Amino acid sequence: MRYMLLIYSRENESVTPGEMAEVAAAHRALMEEAGRRGIFRAADPLQPASTATTVRVQGRDVLLTDGPFAETKEQLAGYYILDCEDLDEAIEWAAKIPTSCQGAPGYVEIRPIREMSGHSPANADVHAVNG
Amino acid sequence: MDDLRSTVEAVFRRESGRIIAGLIGMSRSFDLAEEAMQDAFTAALIHWQDGLPDNPSAWITAAAQRKLVDYVRREQTRRTKADQLRYETTSTKNIELDHDMTSSREDERLKLIFTCCHPALNKEAQVALTLRTLGGLTTPEIARAFLIPETTLAQRLVRAKRKIQEARIPYQVPPKDALPQRLGAVQAVLYLIFNEGYTASMGDSLVRRELCAEAIGLARTLCELMPNVPESMGLLALMLLHDSRRDTRVAGNGELVPLEEQDRMRWNAVQIKEGLRLVEAALRLRNVGAYQLQAAIAAVHAGAKTAADTDWKQIAALYQELVKAHPSATVALNHAVAVAMSEGPAEGLFLLDGLGACGALDDYYLYHAARADLLRRMQRKTEATAAYQRALALTANAVERRYLRRRIDELANSC
Repeated sequence: MRYMLLIYSRENESVTPGEMAEVAAAHRALMEEAGRRGIFRAADPLQPASTATTVRVQGRDVLLTDGPFAETKEQLAGYYILDCEDLDEAIEWAAKIPTSCQGAPGYVEIRPIREMSGHSPANADVHAVNG
Repeated sequence: MDDLRSTVEAVFRRESGRIIAGLIGMSRSFDLAEEAMQDAFTAALIHWQDGLPDNPSAWITAAAQRKLVDYVRREQTRRTKADQLRYETTSTKNIELDHDMTSSREDERLKLIFTCCHPALNKEAQVALTLRTLGGLTTPEIARAFLIPETTLAQRLVRAKRKIQEARIPYQVPPKDALPQRLGAVQAVLYLIFNEGYTASMGDSLVRRELCAEAIGLARTLCELMPNVPESMGLLALMLLHDSRRDTRVAGNGELVPLEEQDRMRWNAVQIKEGLRLVEAALRLRNVGAYQLQAAIAAVHAGAKTAADTDWKQIAALYQELVKAHPSATVALNHAVAVAMSEGPAEGLFLLDGLGACGALDDYYLYHAARADLLRRMQRKTEATAAYQRALALTANAVERRYLRRRIDELANSC
């Protein structure tokens, strides 16, 4: 079953390029490991929450808000989609995801993906991964 | 008919945990397994009128398995029809019966324990699910025991089962590296169930007794299925040694009887014997933990013929270890009380006041109750009364309140 692992962490302006590179390398290593095991489906980092736009449709109006849906200390910073045997396996991978910058701890929320019948989105995702 | 009903109920109590574990193992569906088992028991009420089968448990198991096969077929048909809809809920996806019954029913029960006590479920859900599926308690019984509305509990159970299904919480004994942590979660759930039943507070005392019996039964099952785990043995011992005092800790008028005033002749000797044997066996395995230490403390109490014979030095030493292994306000408090008993109330009060200095225990009724007891022993009556009153203001437990009031009255009369 596919699980989406949502990474929530504190956005930190004062991260040095060296630290950024370190975190990125840790993510790359993890993606490669998941790839070798054949369970990697997708993963991406997101631009900071300051770039977010929240959209809500009310009648005919499209209402826009500058910023994320919820103003919280931790913001959605990226995601993984992994095809795991069960929740325990997903938890194991979640525990390996680097979430913190400069010691501020982050969180990973695991959400099982609701599969739709008909086509197989799992396979469709593979193309996106290689891009 | 009433006879038959009570026979069927007795089989349910004794066997439902085993039977449901086997059915869930086959179908991986809590709901279908429960439905099949309920129907099998209902069928027993009709079929057994002409005479009981030789092996009632085997009869129920066979009947429930037949029902389960029917239900799985029914689900599959329903799903084929629902396929026109674009969405499919995962709960009805891929139901296949696992007819491979090579794994024994004991294995199935162990897997079920770990699933029900999975840390991805919240604690309340773990407790409710464990009691409902493994303990064979009904939803109304559990709701009564925990003083929550039946609908709340039913929702809690539905949500938990749904999460197991849809997030795919595995049905297995955890692998070695995860085992210590997961076993800890199972032990914590059983301990919680026991405490809920043991704490003499409000609610139906019969149901509470039932909770203790269930917790002891489940802990015993855990010790049988995974033998030689010191903390599981310690946990079972702890429960047995506490439960042995159950009949003497609340007087006829509902008053709490402190340990030193309990009638030790009425402590349950069978439970004490088993508890002592278990503590000794656990400690010999040389991997001491919090449950074993608590059991050892209970064992020292159990070994004292009279309250005056209690080896408080030993108890204080055990609490000191417990403070290191499992620091908490209650443990630190009990350590101070044990020191007061072995070294004198002044030494105990010195420790207590040290604990209370930061103010963190100001709203903790046991802190004030313990302080009050020591002050009373030191004949500092005004301070003792004030501390008892502070404790009284902090607890809603009727039994505890009566005890505190009695102490306040005694102090007033002794002036």
